[in-house]
Amino acid sequence: MKNKPLVQVKNLKKSFGDNLVLDGISFSLNTGENKVIIGPSGTGKSTVLNCINRLIMPDSGEIWLEDKEIVTAENINKIRQEIGYVFQGFGLFHHLTAKKNVMLGLRKVKKISKNEAEDIARFELNRVGLTDVDDSYPAQLSGGQKQRVAIARALAMQPKLMLFDEPTSALDPELIGEVLNVMKKLAEEGMTMLVVTHEMGFARSVSDEIIFMEGGKIVEQNHPEVMFKGPENERTRQFLFKLDDLYGKGGE
Amino acid sequence: MDGRVELIINSIPALLRGTIITIQLTVLILIFGLILGLILAFGETYGNKLIQKLTALYGKVIRSIPELVLLLLVFYGLPNLGFRIRPFNAAVLGLGIRASAYMAQIFRGTFKAVSSDQITAAYSIGMGKYMTFIYVIFPQAIRSFIPPFANEYAIILKDTSLAYAIGVAELLRQGQYIIAVEYDPLTIFLMIAAIYFILTFGVTRLLKLVEFKLKVPGIGAESR
Amino acid sequence: MVDFLSQYLIIDIFISNFGRLMSGLRFTFTLTIVVMFFGTIFGVLLALGRSFGSKPVAWLCTAYIEIIRGTPMLAQLFILYFALPPYGIRMTAVTVAYLGFTINCAAYQAEYTRGSIESVSSDQFKSAYSLGMSRWQTIFIVVLPQAIRWAIPAWTNEFIYILKYTSLAYVIGAPDLMTQGKFIASRNYQFFRVYLIVAIIYLIIVWISTWIIDIVEEKLKIPGFG
Ligand SMILES: Nc1ncnc2c1ncn2[C@@H]1O[C@H](COP(=O)(O)OP(=O)(O)OP(=O)(O)O)[C@@H](O)[C@H]1O
Ligand SMILES: [Mg+2]
Repeated sequence: MKNKPLVQVKNLKKSFGDNLVLDGISFSLNTGENKVIIGPSGTGKSTVLNCINRLIMPDSGEIWLEDKEIVTAENINKIRQEIGYVFQGFGLFHHLTAKKNVMLGLRKVKKISKNEAEDIARFELNRVGLTDVDDSYPAQLSGGQKQRVAIARALAMQPKLMLFDEPTSALDPELIGEVLNVMKKLAEEGMTMLVVTHEMGFARSVSDEIIFMEGGKIVEQNHPEVMFKGPENERTRQFLFKLDDLYGKGGE
Repeated sequence: MDGRVELIINSIPALLRGTIITIQLTVLILIFGLILGLILAFGETYGNKLIQKLTALYGKVIRSIPELVLLLLVFYGLPNLGFRIRPFNAAVLGLGIRASAYMAQIFRGTFKAVSSDQITAAYSIGMGKYMTFIYVIFPQAIRSFIPPFANEYAIILKDTSLAYAIGVAELLRQGQYIIAVEYDPLTIFLMIAAIYFILTFGVTRLLKLVEFKLKVPGIGAESR
Repeated sequence: MVDFLSQYLIIDIFISNFGRLMSGLRFTFTLTIVVMFFGTIFGVLLALGRSFGSKPVAWLCTAYIEIIRGTPMLAQLFILYFALPPYGIRMTAVTVAYLGFTINCAAYQAEYTRGSIESVSSDQFKSAYSLGMSRWQTIFIVVLPQAIRWAIPAWTNEFIYILKYTSLAYVIGAPDLMTQGKFIASRNYQFFRVYLIVAIIYLIIVWISTWIIDIVEEKLKIPGFG
């Protein structure tokens, strides 16, 4: 680690009632780096992402985005603009067309003029490969198109970091590819990304590191090749073995 | 202040008499509405074309006329035709006719809520008609019936107050009698409002509880 | 037989009282529209207070909504008209009609609106927050517009409901269609025939209103909403 990381998560803890969900999570992300979080269901992966833009308030620990601490930040809305978030359920605003979905944050949060916002929206929709959906409402789009609009909406805010929480798990198999391709392209363009996914092909070919979480702890984090060839931890090996059964071996 | 407490205590018997009339009206209107509504819903769902048209028209007409007007039409119209009718009965009939049109809608929704697949499935495992009704249709239907029924109950209860307009000595009119003598309308009206509130809120809460007890994921008891 | 039939010939009564009936109808419509306008605005505010307000605000809004919905409209009109004057609050029947129906309408509109606010999924909040929107920005820009779209059918139902319910103005004598009918009947003693006319007028205006509302709703439709 030469330069200072873009994101630093330090000893993050979170319980819901008696349920200890995050039990001391620490990791960091350099600018341009890509990390994938994997792990069994209910293990706290989404909770980590939700803590990073403080949709969930952690009990203790620190989260740094460059030189700003997020947990104690006073104006969280300012920081959230710098973090794009894409999740399973798309979360498109149902009452707005695709273009307006992308424009909303620009207009209302960044207070950018209508014309400029419109230009940015067009550009970002283009960037995710959507050219003729400007005036379509979410209900008129396929799942893959919806998710790409959601990505464009996040990108329009010019985030320093993109969070993805199982962005393809709500999609029909034939639509997964179009979303993964967009994510791949973003990675190549140098976007810093933290991705929760079970798409092992993507993890293997795109990520710089895979983080395996279980029971609220990081069990192992390692380079994808190491993870797939011979993980150090027995639990990791078992988990990846099971995933092979479910999803096939790392994109092969 | 003392006088007010006394007034409250003294007016309780008369208000209770009114409350009993209000409850009697409510129950009779509900029964009338349920029976006629069920018949109408059957007609509209399973009848031949003519019956379907007629029942639908009945519903549309009745639901378009204010209930006060319906009530007065019954109250003044039946004597015109040569039937004498007591105000109480006119209220049951007039408001019951209104209720039947809305109950028919509720029943129709309930019929629709149980899909024909369910019946086919029940037959396919060897259930007879009777068993299918008891074990499959009824348990599903009741769940989608309760919420709109609770709603309709509250409307009927509150609208029995319209019987005031034709001189039935229900809760509101009993209150007016007391006010005529005592002249403290606010106290009396607030007591009346409280009684109505207990009767609507209490019973709808009770039905909510039943609904909750019976709740099964996936059976949408969605209604207004 | 001729006698029997003439009982039901109402056209002469209709013609000779046309002006009065139409003035009643005009008042009924004005009352309904004004009540709907303010009732809906207050209703939305109440719904927002109940769903998103601080504890005491939410509690107050809930109490208002439940109490109004739990008591008869007629009792509410009586309280405003008969129970307040001893305390120095005197209002004309017309004012009571406007105020009373608005108070009542607001509670129902609030409940319909709240129902649709709750049907807006929580991931809408999640997305809006992740773009950096504040809580109230999210409520007004994202949640409320969607909730209103879902609430429109219930709101327009309420319009028809109020249109019919304003007939209760009769008990306090505000000059709506029903009151005018009563006035005519009390002069010619033809109660049934007059109320039959009134019923038919209501029938016609309710049907026409429903028809117009359906057309407008169809026009305003957005894909994905109902
Ligand atoms: N808001 C909440 N309130 C209470 N418990 C919660 C909440 N959010 C998450 N949990 C609990 O925290 C645990 C971890 O949830 P989380 O969604 O982070 O898991 P996950 O690893 O993302 O699982 P999945 O793969 O199923 O998405 C679960 O047991 C869940 O029930
Ligand atoms: Mg998750």
